[in-house]
Amino acid sequence: MTSLQDLGRFGFQRFGVSPAGAMDPEALTRANILVGNPAGTAAIEFCMLGGTFLVESTSLQIGFAGGGATLSVAGRNVPALTGAIAEIGETVAVGPMSDGVYGYLAIAGGFDVRPELGSLSVHRRAGLGGRPLQRGDVIPVHGLERGKPIMRLPQVDPGPPTPIRIILGPQDEFFTPEAIANLLSAPFSISGQADRMGIRLTGPLLEHTKGFNVVSDGIVTGHIQVPGDGQPIVLMRDRQTTGGYPKIATIISADLSRFSQMRPGTEVLFSAVSREEAIILWRTAQDRLAELVQHLAPVDVRLSSAHLLGTNLISGVISGDLE
Amino acid sequence: MELSAPRILACGDSAINVEFGDTVDAWLNARVLALDAALHAAAPQGVVETVPTYRSLLVHFDPLLVDLPTLIAIISDLGIQLPPKTDRVRRWRVPVVYGAEFGEDIADLSRLHGLTQAELIARHAGAVYRIYMIGFMPGFAYLGGLDPRLATPRRTQPRPWIPAQSISIGGAQTAISTVEGPSGWHLIGRTPVRGFMRGRDPVFLYDAGDEVVFEPVESVKWAALDAMAERGEPVASWAFA
Repeated sequence: MTSLQDLGRFGFQRFGVSPAGAMDPEALTRANILVGNPAGTAAIEFCMLGGTFLVESTSLQIGFAGGGATLSVAGRNVPALTGAIAEIGETVAVGPMSDGVYGYLAIAGGFDVRPELGSLSVHRRAGLGGRPLQRGDVIPVHGLERGKPIMRLPQVDPGPPTPIRIILGPQDEFFTPEAIANLLSAPFSISGQADRMGIRLTGPLLEHTKGFNVVSDGIVTGHIQVPGDGQPIVLMRDRQTTGGYPKIATIISADLSRFSQMRPGTEVLFSAVSREEAIILWRTAQDRLAELVQHLAPVDVRLSSAHLLGTNLISGVISGDLE
Repeated sequence: MELSAPRILACGDSAINVEFGDTVDAWLNARVLALDAALHAAAPQGVVETVPTYRSLLVHFDPLLVDLPTLIAIISDLGIQLPPKTDRVRRWRVPVVYGAEFGEDIADLSRLHGLTQAELIARHAGAVYRIYMIGFMPGFAYLGGLDPRLATPRRTQPRPWIPAQSISIGGAQTAISTVEGPSGWHLIGRTPVRGFMRGRDPVFLYDAGDEVVFEPVESVKWAALDAMAERGEPVASWAFA
């Protein structure tokens, strides 16, 4: 599913409205920083598949992050984590996600779409924010502010794989000690049943002590719920707001982006952390995102006539390329 | 009156469940809604939003803006000292067309419970319901107060799709759905009232704690009422009970 996503729709969960929003908010932020947008500006979210777009009414400055997809403008490859200009009539092509699941295409100035209940995020089941993008859709954009330099960000070093960190509860008492031990030691695998609502894992059975129904209570993104078959489902951005399966643990906020990018077949290990540790990790992650802007570096732009005219270095008509 | 302290359970690092009990109970639910109202009024820094459910209040917060022990202290205080909300309650009158193609399970359900369809309808429409929670879908209302004679376990095979604004029975609950979607409950009628409507002011009609009374309406009236609702009129009315 390809759709517009920002950081989500908040304030309406009490009315059954899922927050939706980018599955990988860190990648959304990187794409936006690349083009000089506020971090949470709505971008096009891709899931596994890429897409091609024709630039119609105005030149665009674009930036892509997440998913390891290739990006090209008018057939010219754009290096990873590097912004680009796309002129009217040019085709922007995003390849399939080769490393991860979700990628984000941001436009400088953002999309010219009215928010619904405070957000541009698409929640398909409720129809909020409109619907996912389909072939032929025309998406209004804000125009390019001429003269903005093209920027790039340094590559992200993911480091060695580490466990996904969780906080036990709220219904960990509904599970046997063996279930808790299994959760914290055995490898699980991302199954093919994964989407914006939830990601099913396969692995050792997590046995219940008091049955697998609770009176419905609230659900947060990252909750690991375990229905009757003993296999966990991690609830993600499009999850329902309430539910009646026991929840054994919750993935910490700092690890949600990383978890969302795990492709089917990937092995996952969980480790429990304290709430204090989780908050320190979250603060560190947020600080790192906030200082990304300082790591932007300008790029040598191939000098096209259109670009030079745009920056007002020369006026009048010129012929031929400067390339 | 001495009120027992709720349990406070961590839901990750950015939310807590303030749990008053683990059953479907009007008193418990009233305490949830009272705390919800009190928190709303107190508006402590760092609280992002709250989600009242049957028996607990989910409090979403920003851990970088509020210290959790502080938040827990505020909540514990409000949760213990506050009597249940005794404000006047909104009571909605919701028109429903029961049976036939509007409620395809009504014949089966009537047979199952040894009632005529008219008796089932009378029992369903004769109650005053309380909305315990809005959840599952935008505006989807879970109602308590169903005549125990009509309680029916959920279908073994859920339907992948039921019509919008369905009135259904599942277990000891009845519900008013909004958008189309899957359901494991038994369909007994439909209302033209859109509990959730994009672009309307207000987008949502019902809130947890409201009361609902169903008014049986003849199927010939459906088209006109549906058209009114489609234009954005509530079609349901309310008054303070």
